[in-house]
Amino acid sequence: MKKSLNERLAILSDAAKYDASCASSGTAKRHAGGPGGVGGLGSTEGSGICHAYAPDGRCISLLKILMTNFCIFDCAYCINRSSSNVERARFSVEEVVWLTLEFYRRNYIEGLFLSSGIIRSSDYTMEEMVRIARELRTTHSFRGYIHLKTIPEASPALIEEAGLYADRLSINIELPTDTGIAAYAPEKRPAEIRKSMGNVRLLIEEAGEPTLKTKSRKRFAPAGQSTQMIVGADQADDGTILSTSARLYGSYGLRRVYYSAFSPIPDASRALPLVKPPLMREHRLYQADWLYRFYGFEMRELLERRPDGMLDLSLDPKLAWALAHRERFPVDVNQADKEMLLRVPGFGTKAVKSILSARRLRRLGLDDLARLHVSVKKVKSFIVAEGWTPHRLIDRPDLKSLFEPKPEQLSLL
Amino acid sequence: MAHSMTCITLDGVGALEEWRDAARDLLARAVPPQAVDWRSQREDIDLFAGAESMPDLAAPSFPTVAAPSSGAVGFSVPRGFLTLAETVLCHSDPSRFDLLYRLLWRLRTERALLDDVSDPEVSHALALAKSVRRDAHKMTAFVRFKELPEEEAGSLGARRRFFAWFEPDHYIVARTAPFFERRFNDMDWIIATPKGTAAWNGARLSVTYDSHETVSRLSLKDDADALWRTYFRNIFNPARLKIKAMQAEMPKKYWKNLPEAELIPELISSAEARVRDMAARAPTHPPAFHAGASRKARENVTEGDRPPEGTIEALRAAAAGCTRCPLHCNATQTVFGEGPEDARVMVVGEQPGDQEDLAGRPFIGPAGRMFDRIAEEAGLERDGLYVTNAVKHFKYEPRGKRRLHKTPNTGEIRQCRWWLTGELAIVKPKLVVAMGATALTSVMNHAEKLGDYRGRFTDLGEGQRLYTTVHPSYLLRLPDETRRQEEIARFREDLTAVKEAQARL
Repeated sequence: MKKSLNERLAILSDAAKYDASCASSGTAKRHAGGPGGVGGLGSTEGSGICHAYAPDGRCISLLKILMTNFCIFDCAYCINRSSSNVERARFSVEEVVWLTLEFYRRNYIEGLFLSSGIIRSSDYTMEEMVRIARELRTTHSFRGYIHLKTIPEASPALIEEAGLYADRLSINIELPTDTGIAAYAPEKRPAEIRKSMGNVRLLIEEAGEPTLKTKSRKRFAPAGQSTQMIVGADQADDGTILSTSARLYGSYGLRRVYYSAFSPIPDASRALPLVKPPLMREHRLYQADWLYRFYGFEMRELLERRPDGMLDLSLDPKLAWALAHRERFPVDVNQADKEMLLRVPGFGTKAVKSILSARRLRRLGLDDLARLHVSVKKVKSFIVAEGWTPHRLIDRPDLKSLFEPKPEQLSLL
Repeated sequence: MAHSMTCITLDGVGALEEWRDAARDLLARAVPPQAVDWRSQREDIDLFAGAESMPDLAAPSFPTVAAPSSGAVGFSVPRGFLTLAETVLCHSDPSRFDLLYRLLWRLRTERALLDDVSDPEVSHALALAKSVRRDAHKMTAFVRFKELPEEEAGSLGARRRFFAWFEPDHYIVARTAPFFERRFNDMDWIIATPKGTAAWNGARLSVTYDSHETVSRLSLKDDADALWRTYFRNIFNPARLKIKAMQAEMPKKYWKNLPEAELIPELISSAEARVRDMAARAPTHPPAFHAGASRKARENVTEGDRPPEGTIEALRAAAAGCTRCPLHCNATQTVFGEGPEDARVMVVGEQPGDQEDLAGRPFIGPAGRMFDRIAEEAGLERDGLYVTNAVKHFKYEPRGKRRLHKTPNTGEIRQCRWWLTGELAIVKPKLVVAMGATALTSVMNHAEKLGDYRGRFTDLGEGQRLYTTVHPSYLLRLPDETRRQEEIARFREDLTAVKEAQARL
């Protein structure tokens, strides 16, 4: 008996939840109505909107579903691998379109994030996904956000069409090394994934250049491309993961690399650890990634004094870097350049901007910093301010312990 | 000198004009902030004492939102103050009018006051503005529309109608309504709140604060809510319970108007058992379709017919999987040579660059374009040349978000020479053009100085000659323009020599 729409929605959203990406930001601004006339549905406003949060703390911004969870691939870490006994289902093109539009009208979502198991062939699957995006954009003038996961080995022509409708394209690298992919996802070819990313970068750059005739820009995946790596399924250390990230960001101009702590799945493969997902490790990797993207850190700097190649789980990577480089501190908030201010534990990018603006008017003390929403307790060991020097605090051998979390009682389980 | 108190009563629903007019007047009369008692009509009134009423979307009687005008306040206020005031006035804090007037008062003499973000009054105003922006953002996130039943008469082609009830902290309805107009343009909607109601009917966006015109909460049922709850339940991962993170972004005060929120307690309480259950399940045997799926997965990669041995195509296919040196680990792909298999001239460069690595083709980046330009000027046709590189993978170092070219070392050149030797054996060019030291080293199979060979022909034996010049990327790197033009001219002379030699072959 055919499963109801509700039953299939349950299966195909359950199957989609292991993809961490939910961003709906950073695309071209557009909206319904406007000078072109009244009507239409949807807008994108630059920054995305999180319409709900699940108790796992993750934002729900997009309708994140699979077109189908049938799959001919057998990737060990994946809930949808062909050897798993999970319940299978498939949406029709029309059903995905209907769900997206009706969810959107009720302001549940910013748009659609569509992925899929591979059925029949890569090209057949990708073609169906492109049809969904095309229907939404052309038949229904949908102007909301669309993120399409591209299918490995799909033909470049389909990827090119996908980029005309989608705001973002992504393809998951899944594991940081080629040997890891060979071991856990034998049907995936990492070289092909890299080629696909390289191709998408070239298409995005090409679209960014105004054409000679019309001076207008072609629209191609205006929110760029992203990827995801699973953390903790194989033996790769943080150094390997982050150097892969640096390579991916540098080579393919990715907007984001997502890190997904490997989480137990129903009917799991015996090849994988059925332990609690390493959430703190995942968190530290995101922090490191953030420092790389917005604070001017190189990935390797964050690990250079970590002999085991792992980030410190008890300290955030910026604080860990500062404690390992005490010779660079204290930093004078009234003198230091922006690059160094960004390296002070406790200063965010906004605080640094405010400091640079406010210190033109007067010398800043700790009270001033407090009003800039800076945690004085955290920063004061690392800075010199008007009326404040940390004296020898920075030299204290037990400085690290001042920042470490209070020991928790270990679970008996 | 004691001032008598001036009492100003405002409507206080977030409009800039009434406050600005009052402030302008006070300033003109030089009334200091401490002599003003600001009051709001709104703050103590319960707007929702009235009974439920159905919205009348056909003929909205709401006044149109007035566009904020930006007038002067007697003296020119810094840009940014009006934007700040416009936002702060939406706050429900009764002290907001006073705070803004204090800032305005000080701005007369302290022109850069707003840049002093650590000033107590500035920082307080910024905090209020932030809280207003956050509330407005949460409104765009947490409004939930429910569809109203269709009207009976003339419903053919009629616009669909939706209603939402929302409870903001501040007077943000007017500033947030245009967002909903942009987004939900093809449907009629009403968003009712205790602090104003917005409506859109396809022609007009209106906002009202009058209680008798305001719509109170409707109890509507929408079937889509059940599907949405199904989605919410299943997108949740029970193995990653992070309740605090959820509540930080979706505070409980919003829950009562979110159809999905009723699931939260049960999802939390059952999470641990679900995870335990997953771990306890015995591994199963693959389902029946697994074997068929695996077969299809193998067929998914359609390997073309293998090219015959001894051809460039066969060599290219073999090089695609090259792991002779570690450079393949970080590169996108092998970039093999290109051109006629019987070309009389083979041009050898150093290694692929960023663009070549992405596209999988040699000589297409900035250096390749430089080569093309000068070759054309020298009358050398690119189509007749076989172009390749001494090293077939891009060697680089990630620096920030870019890739910095790194010169290949002798080990890498030696390993990759395998492929160049293969290309030379198949193409059998009469003339090999080495561009740069890396190419020269590879062709000679020995580290050689570029200066010793530059601009000269060298006999390679068996009727094959070598001509050596610089790599075009060298020309791109020269900072001094005069020097650059000289070197480009020299490179052009070199390629002209190649052209002349080609003609004699």
